[in-house]
Amino acid sequence: MAQLIWNGLFVGSFYALVALGYSMVYGIMKLLNFAHGDIYMLGAFTGFAILGAVGGVSPGMALPVLLGVLVVTMGVTGLSGVVLERVAYRPLRSAPRLSLLITAVGASFALEYGMRAAAGADPRVYPLRLGGTTVELLGARITLQQVALIIVAIALMAGLNVLVTRTREGRAMRAIALDPRTAALMGINVNAVISRTFFLGSALAGAAGVMAGAYYGKVDFLMGFLIGLKAFTSAVIGGIGNITGTMLGGLLLGLLESFGTYWLGGEWRDVFAFGVLILFLTVRPTGLLGERVTERV
Amino acid sequence: MAALEVGGLDVHYGGVHALRGMSLTVGEGEIVALLGNNGAGKTTTLSAISGLVRPSAGKIVFDGRDLTRARPEAIVRAGLVHVPEGRRVFSTLTVHENLQIGGYPVRDKAEIRRRVDRVYALLPRLAERRAQQGGTLSGGEQQMLAIGRALVSGPRLLLLDEPSMGLAPLVVASVMELVREVNLEGVSVLLVEQNAKAALKIAHRGYVIESGACVLGGSAAELRGDSRVVEAYLGGV
Repeated sequence: MAQLIWNGLFVGSFYALVALGYSMVYGIMKLLNFAHGDIYMLGAFTGFAILGAVGGVSPGMALPVLLGVLVVTMGVTGLSGVVLERVAYRPLRSAPRLSLLITAVGASFALEYGMRAAAGADPRVYPLRLGGTTVELLGARITLQQVALIIVAIALMAGLNVLVTRTREGRAMRAIALDPRTAALMGINVNAVISRTFFLGSALAGAAGVMAGAYYGKVDFLMGFLIGLKAFTSAVIGGIGNITGTMLGGLLLGLLESFGTYWLGGEWRDVFAFGVLILFLTVRPTGLLGERVTERV
Repeated sequence: MAALEVGGLDVHYGGVHALRGMSLTVGEGEIVALLGNNGAGKTTTLSAISGLVRPSAGKIVFDGRDLTRARPEAIVRAGLVHVPEGRRVFSTLTVHENLQIGGYPVRDKAEIRRRVDRVYALLPRLAERRAQQGGTLSGGEQQMLAIGRALVSGPRLLLLDEPSMGLAPLVVASVMELVREVNLEGVSVLLVEQNAKAALKIAHRGYVIESGACVLGGSAAELRGDSRVVEAYLGGV
């Protein structure tokens, strides 16, 4: 039982990290950025490339090295997100919503098969594994590295939350989400704020990509597809556009999957996850916090 | 020297010719009313001045600076702040956050705090409701908030679009009183109104626009006495 909860929270924190970018972009420009999962994949490969360049890492140094790689990767994926917005989405800002959506799907394919062309179709083995000591906690077996990754994930999410709710930049994001025209009248450079939103969301996805690579041990060019859908599901469960809701949605989806796998068997995991998505879309399309807290970003 | 000079402004929306050679001036410290029917081009004039729509011809000069092609945020920084029609308060942001947003172009946090405090002193009702979401305020309070938010930007000229819209007569009077107070502190005002009576009460001068151009201009007293204005906008005699 404790093991199921722990596994669920662990996977759920990955989902939440990726889902945040989905949710922020949806909040601020009402776009479902289907290429977001592929930014996560790009993050995993960026981390792979950096680790390859660094060379062998002794197990004791694995965690500090990983944190360094994390920071560099976040910068790289963040900038990729900015470029993606500038090239693919900004020219269509005033186009019908469907055109944007189709562009997002196209951008997703471009990233996936661009990576396939660059790195090949075969899965790559991550040059750094987080194994290590396990500790027993309330009957669950937990590795210290898992704990470290969760702490990093929580720190990133908490930082984002403070940024959105307490800073000048966050206020500008929320203002644009509500009314971009009036935000411009208040002297806010709407394009610049949207760029920075893409940077943040993509940086978080990149971080999740590196963590996933180090945890699962292999990366491939399609790895972003499924997690993109799962992140979307998390965002819908929590209330898309709502930061706190999205974090909760990610954790909840992780837990649901963990228990669903236990009850129904591993082959039913994704069926279970997307069943939950359909359930929410029918019964409560605004998500858990979509109505109570109406604040959007 | 006039603070704002707009000359020969043309604006097209797709196939619609919304402004045709619109010209007006607002002097330093003046309240100027812009009157006209629905669709005459009042809101378009303000949107062109604040950079939301691009004019196809004409010139907008503020304090000797050409702002015709400037971006909205540059225009705000120059001291021209537009309070849009329908108030457009950020509904799920608190009253306090709405005011802080007005200070977005200002980098100095202490300066923003000082300006927000000054708005609270001017509008104590907002101070009482500072933690409330903007959307929960009454129409009159939202209008006060919208003007207060613009004041935090440090305007030298306010563009007000229909501040009396949908408000009860008593509330209209207090909004107009606020506009007058703001003006007495040295802020010029370009006031777009359908409520010509209320507008001409506080304005120094006014223009009447029809089909995208000014057809009449003069002091507020002249306009109040002009038979055409009385018939069309002041409800006859």
